Amino acid sequence: MFAHRSLLGVEPLSQADILTILDLSEDYVALNRRRDKKQAVLRGLTQINLFFEPSTRTQASFELAGKRLGADVMNMSVASSSVKKGETLIDTAVTLNAMHPDLLVVRHAMSGAVALLAEKVNCAVINAGDGAHEHPTQALLDALTIRRRKGRLQRLTVAICGDIAHSRVARSNIMLLDKMENRIRLIAPPTLLPPAVDRWRVEVFDDMAKGLEGADVVMMLRLQTERMAGGFVPSVREFHHRYGLDREKLAHAKPDAIVMHPGPMNRGVEIDAQVADDLERSVITEQVEMGVAVRMAVLDLLARQIPGEGA
Amino acid sequence: MILTNARLIDPASGRDAPGALWIEGDRIADVAFGAQPAPPEGATVIDCGGHALAPGIVDVGVSVGEPGARHRESFRSAGRAAAAGGVTTMVVQPDTDPCADDPAIVQFIARRAAEASPVRALPMAALTKGRRGLEMAELGLLRDAGAVAFTDAGNTVADARVMRRCLTYARTLGAPVIHHPQEPRLSDGACATEGEYAGRLGLPGAPAMAERIALERDLALAELTGARLHVDAITTQGALTALRRARDAGLAVTAGTSIHHLSLNEIDVGAYRTFFRLDPPLRAEEDRAAVAQALAEGLIDLIASQHLPWDEESKRVPYEAAAVGAVGLETMLPAALTLYHAGVMGLPALFERLSLAPSRLLGLEGGRLTRGAPADLALFDPDAPFVLDRFALRSKSKNTPFDRRRMTGRVLRTWVGGATVYDRAAEG
Repeated sequence: MFAHRSLLGVEPLSQADILTILDLSEDYVALNRRRDKKQAVLRGLTQINLFFEPSTRTQASFELAGKRLGADVMNMSVASSSVKKGETLIDTAVTLNAMHPDLLVVRHAMSGAVALLAEKVNCAVINAGDGAHEHPTQALLDALTIRRRKGRLQRLTVAICGDIAHSRVARSNIMLLDKMENRIRLIAPPTLLPPAVDRWRVEVFDDMAKGLEGADVVMMLRLQTERMAGGFVPSVREFHHRYGLDREKLAHAKPDAIVMHPGPMNRGVEIDAQVADDLERSVITEQVEMGVAVRMAVLDLLARQIPGEGA
Repeated sequence: MILTNARLIDPASGRDAPGALWIEGDRIADVAFGAQPAPPEGATVIDCGGHALAPGIVDVGVSVGEPGARHRESFRSAGRAAAAGGVTTMVVQPDTDPCADDPAIVQFIARRAAEASPVRALPMAALTKGRRGLEMAELGLLRDAGAVAFTDAGNTVADARVMRRCLTYARTLGAPVIHHPQEPRLSDGACATEGEYAGRLGLPGAPAMAERIALERDLALAELTGARLHVDAITTQGALTALRRARDAGLAVTAGTSIHHLSLNEIDVGAYRTFFRLDPPLRAEEDRAAVAQALAEGLIDLIASQHLPWDEESKRVPYEAAAVGAVGLETMLPAALTLYHAGVMGLPALFERLSLAPSRLLGLEGGRLTRGAPADLALFDPDAPFVLDRFALRSKSKNTPFDRRRMTGRVLRTWVGGATVYDRAAEG
């Protein structure tokens, strides 16, 4: 029984919640591969995708998910100068709330912003990424991809590589994979590791060869270009040399290890084109497919919590 | 006027005993510990009911919005909050708009304070022009205009050469330099103390070491220049180690801490609660405990409220975008009394940190229950429990992290210069 009214993060989810979402997602994977993809479970409901930070892929994925389930979907991109960013947030929430949306999908550049907004509205809120905090649907779609490829979501060795310090994808994935009892390894230069990472239940490596040894899953993260300006790593060239995933480094992982990336990829930075396009190993396009299915499942489950007429 | 049946708290002599106190005009005329002589005919007698009577709190570093932000706090609202909190002297930050780096602004602040505030308010002036840390402000003229100290408030002077010149120049002016030691480049963009907690919340953090790095430089510059330096707030164990070393070496450096860093830790931030966003950011529990210990030992000289009022809008935003600071004038005493109730410090020692040490720092007469001292007094019941309601605060801004907390210790009455400026019984 999935009893959450909103999905603000992986943190409040139980193992059972996660499995409920993944199981329902499987149905939607099948549906999405049919010719007729239209369902009516969200008919009559309004979904607003509110993006304070530009996004093409995630927004498209949520839009498609909502539309396939029959919701009326509206996209709103709130261009925001860095100074005004916070000020408009609550006003925007209150304004949108007055339009009676049922499902609000929100992305914001600041940690905790989506939860703040959720306090001010009385509809279901889905966190589509808040600062360096959480991105729960990404972790769920990654979990679905892993389970389909590996046949299980337990007792796997998962290596997460790259800019972990600034990554909400990494945080949500670490939490989810830990809840599902996997072995997690973080591989990054020390400047891109979160502080006090030794207190997290992970193993930490700064050497790709050692960190990838025996890994079932290799999860690459995007290196944001602004990290270069911040002096976290000396150059793209050096980062690619030491932490870019190529065939040679991948050879240290298990022979059947899969390669994942949340996109968009920087080819030649954190991942080599050869590896990214290797259909034997790379599941990157499959992740995109799973993304739509997982978001449909999340929308569906949250919509079930919305009180009906007279309730 | 005679205050009888009081529990007299005198930090200067360290006494905590029953007695009576005579006020004549704006001064304390006499103090009697122990046996209480019968009051003379015709004198006004106030029965203190056995409650604690201590010198009023001198709060170094209060931000008031005049000029520039009266919607957040005026001298009237700040003064009323202070009176209700047992604070009889507010030492006012120069973080106004325009900034108090000009003698005319300092005079304006002093005049507005005298007109509107029921308690004393003394202006501090900026150490550097615009508090930007690039050029020394007109320290001599500012001193003549009435500035009691020089500080850039929450800004750290990053340039060691500028800081050195300021310290050297201020040496002969008879007013201390107060500095906020947080290494600015390491603190850039940070809104939390780097560590497990900030890491999990995904908040950008500055290492606790940013405080010690800045402090070590300041201590070295104080040694180089021989200047009188006061550090506004020490909040980390690392910085305490540095301070202890400097003290042991005989350096004349004093230090304060903030009531919030003494009472709260980083976990209190909870789910991005912006009223807990402070500068420096709240620290780990080990740091908080070490600071409390250092205060008890006397390594840290004084407690300040670091009162910084913000309107609701400035705090109803994501944590990273939220304004930095909290109001503290009215909650400082009950929060500080937790140290007394926990057996860490007696009341005379606590008022040494709240009243006498800040008076000494600025060359004021307050902080003593002795004949001839100003009759700036706070009568309080240290054991009265209450639950704080932030909307009941007298400050125009209600941004306190103590909202809905159980607190112990209520101010009953406050006198400034012998005149009652707050009376809980009368306010109902």
